[in-house]
Amino acid sequence: MATVTFDDATRIYPGSTVPAVSDLNLEVGDGEFLVMVGPSGSGKSTALRMLAGLEEVNEGRILIGERDVTDMPPKDRDIAMVFQNYALYPHMTVAENMGFALKIAGVAKEERAARVLEAAKLLDLEPYLARKPKALSGGQRQRVAMGRAIVRQPHVFLMDEPLSNLDAKLRVQTRTQIASLQRRLGVTTVYVTHDQVEALTMGDRIAVLKDGVLQQVGTPRDLYESPVNVFVAGFIGSPAMNLFPVDFADGGVQFGSHVAPVARDILAGAHGNKATIGIRPEDVRVATDGDGLPIDVDLVEELGADAYLYGHTEVDGSRVDIVARVDGRNHPVEGDKVLILPEERHIHLFDTETGQRLNPAVKD
Amino acid sequence: MSASLNITSATADTGLLDLPWDLPLDVWPAESIAALPKGISRHLVRFAYLSGYVVAIKETSAELARREYDLLRTLQRTDVPCVEPVAYVTNRTDDEGNPLDAALVTRHLKFSLPYRALYSQRLRPDTATRLIDALAVLLVRLHIIGFFWGDVSLSNTLFRRDAGAFAAYLVDAETGDLHARLSDGQRENDLEIARVNIAGELLDLAAGGKLDEETDPVEVSNGIVAAYRTLWTELTGTETFESSERWRIAERVRRLNELGFDIEELAIKTDEDGTRVVIQPKVVDAGHHQRRLLRLTGLDVQENQARRLLNDLDSYAATFHPGEEDEEMVAHEWLASVFEPITRAIPRDLQGKLEPAEIFHQLLDHRWFLSESEQRDVPLAEALTSYIDTVLRHRRDEATVFNPATDAITLPINVDWRDLV
Repeated sequence: MATVTFDDATRIYPGSTVPAVSDLNLEVGDGEFLVMVGPSGSGKSTALRMLAGLEEVNEGRILIGERDVTDMPPKDRDIAMVFQNYALYPHMTVAENMGFALKIAGVAKEERAARVLEAAKLLDLEPYLARKPKALSGGQRQRVAMGRAIVRQPHVFLMDEPLSNLDAKLRVQTRTQIASLQRRLGVTTVYVTHDQVEALTMGDRIAVLKDGVLQQVGTPRDLYESPVNVFVAGFIGSPAMNLFPVDFADGGVQFGSHVAPVARDILAGAHGNKATIGIRPEDVRVATDGDGLPIDVDLVEELGADAYLYGHTEVDGSRVDIVARVDGRNHPVEGDKVLILPEERHIHLFDTETGQRLNPAVKD
Repeated sequence: MSASLNITSATADTGLLDLPWDLPLDVWPAESIAALPKGISRHLVRFAYLSGYVVAIKETSAELARREYDLLRTLQRTDVPCVEPVAYVTNRTDDEGNPLDAALVTRHLKFSLPYRALYSQRLRPDTATRLIDALAVLLVRLHIIGFFWGDVSLSNTLFRRDAGAFAAYLVDAETGDLHARLSDGQRENDLEIARVNIAGELLDLAAGGKLDEETDPVEVSNGIVAAYRTLWTELTGTETFESSERWRIAERVRRLNELGFDIEELAIKTDEDGTRVVIQPKVVDAGHHQRRLLRLTGLDVQENQARRLLNDLDSYAATFHPGEEDEEMVAHEWLASVFEPITRAIPRDLQGKLEPAEIFHQLLDHRWFLSESEQRDVPLAEALTSYIDTVLRHRRDEATVFNPATDAITLPINVDWRDLV
C-alpha cells in the first residue's frame, strides 16, 4: 500500500510552449480511490501517464510512498494498469494464468502459490484454480484476469477511462462494482474519466483539471457544495448549475425584481460591480407571481417524483438558459411565464474577472 | 440490408456491398466464410471471401473500428509491415432494424502465418528465437515512427517466411496510439508487455505439450528485450570518435545496411576544437536490400530474401559479366535467365506452398546440400527437380493459413463487473 504524491509535476510536450500538466500538486492517500476528471485536453490522462512512467516529467517529482519514481521505468514502479488487455491462456490452469507473471519475475514457487490463493479467495475463484479458462464463465474469466493484476501486489492501480467503450447501462452497473472491488482490496487507485457523474459516484475524492491545471480537489460533496471557481461549478453536477451575471444592489445582488442578500464585505472583494451567480437546479424556487427573475418555460421533463423545468430569460441582452427542479406532479407547463428566486442559503457567487468564488459555501 | 449502412473503404471494391452486413458475424452463412476456426478473442473475428481474396472481419464498436482503420492506414503509409485495412462498416442493422456492431475489414496477408502454424509437433527453440527477433525488428520500427502498441504479443503478429528468418507484421492495432515521439517509458512499457505476453504464450505452449523441452519460455521471452535494445542502439544511438577516425561514419552506415536499414539523415557534430565527432542517425529506413532488388529487378520480396537473391545476382554478375558497369542490364539478364525460369518451372499445383522468392532461397540451400553430399557442383536445373520432388511437394500450402482455433483467449470488451464483487 502506498500514497501517491505529485510534487509540482509538469509535463511540456516537445514543440509546445503550453504545459499539458502544469505544476500539479496532489496527494492521494493510502488506499484512497481518487478520480481525476476534466474535459478533453485537461491533462488528466497525461497526469496518469506521468504516474505510470509513460510520460516524462519535465519539472517536479512524483512519489509512490516515500520513493521518488520520477525517472523510474514503468515496470519498477509497483503499479498495475488495470483493464489492460490481459490474455488468458487456454492450456494453463486458472492458477497458472494468475501466477505466471510472478514466475517470470522470479518469485519463488511457495510465494507464488500463496499469493495466487489469496487473490483467488478475494475474487471467489478458489474452487476453479485447477481448471482451464475454457471451463469458466465470462465473468469468471474476467476475474482471473483481474487476479493477474492483484497477485503482483501493486502499490497503486491505475485506470484510464476503463468504461468508455461500454454502453450506458453497463457503464452504470460496472462503475459501482469497480468501486466496491477497490474498497475490498484497499489498494490506492487513480482513475481517470471525462464523465463527472462517474467521478461523483466512484471517487473518495475528485481532482478536477482544466487546461493542465488542477482546479480543485475534494470529496464529491465538497465539489458539489463549494466549487472554488466558475469552471468547477459548471462542470460538476447534472443538470449543470445555472450560471449568469448579476449586478450588485444595495445589500446584495439584483435578481430580477428581487435583491438576493449578500454581505457587503463579500461584494467588496469582487472586481467591478458585477458577479456571476450560481444556483443549482434544486435551489431554484419557482413561483407564478411575486418577486423574482421572469422565465419563459420551454420544456418540462417529468421524471416521476421530480421534474426538470427548462426555460430561458434575458440578462444584459443575452439569452440565458435556466434549469429548475420542480414537483413531478404539480408544475408549470411549456409556454408559461414564471418567476424564479434562489434558495438564499445556497447561492454561489464568483468573480466575473477571475472566476474565483467570492462567498463562503454553506454546508447542510 | 439497411439503407443507412455506411462503408468507408480504401478500395472501391463493390464486393463489399455483397457481404451479409445485416447478419451478426457469428451467423454468417458458410458461403461467405472462408474458414471456420473462430478463436475466443476480445472481439469476434472471421475470415470471408471478397473478390477473390480473403479478408478478416472483426466486429467491434464503431469508434474502435474507425480508429483502428485510421491507424492501420497511417502505418501503411509509413511502410511499417502491417495488415492492409480494407474498410470499416458502421450503421449496420438486421432486417428488423436492430443495430449490429460495426466491423473492421482487413485483407489477409498472403503467405503470412500465425506463430501457432509454425511448428508441426513442437515449437523448436531456434524457431522461437527467430520469431522473437522478427518481432523485435517490428517493434523497433513501430517505435521509431512513434507508435505505441500497447499489446505486443506473438498472437497479435503474423509472420512471413524470409529466407530462413521471419518478417513480422502487425495484425492488431486496437490498443495502439501514434505519438510525435515515444518517451523512454512508453518504449519500456511496450517492451515489458511484449516480454510478459511472449512468456505467457510460450508457457501456454509448454502446458499444452507444444514446446520443445529445451526451450525455456522465460529465457526466450527475455530475448526480445536484448534483441530490441541492440537494434534500437544501432539505429538511434550516438557514437563519438576522434576526428581522425572518419571511417567510422562509413562503418556505421555499413553496419546499418547489413542490418537491412538505410540512413536517410545522419546528424554529424564536431566539438569546439574540432577534435571529436559525434554522429547519430536521425532518419532510418528499413528495406536496404529490398529496395536495391526492387530497383534492379522489379521483384518485391522480404528483406532477407532480397539479400539472398542479390547475393545470387552478384555472383552471377561476377561469373558472367566481370567488370560490367551496367548493373541493371545484368540484373535483367539474371531475372530472365535464372530467376524466372525457376518460378515458371514450379508446377501450378505447388505454387501455393511458398512464395517464389522463398522457393528460390530454399532451392539455393537445397543445391548447396546436394553439392555437399555428392561432392560436385550440382546445376540449378537438376537441383530444382530434386527440390520439387523431395521437399516442396511434401510441404503444406501456406498461401492461406488461418489462426488455429485455440489462440490465446483475450477478454471480451463488454466487461461484466457484476461478477467481480
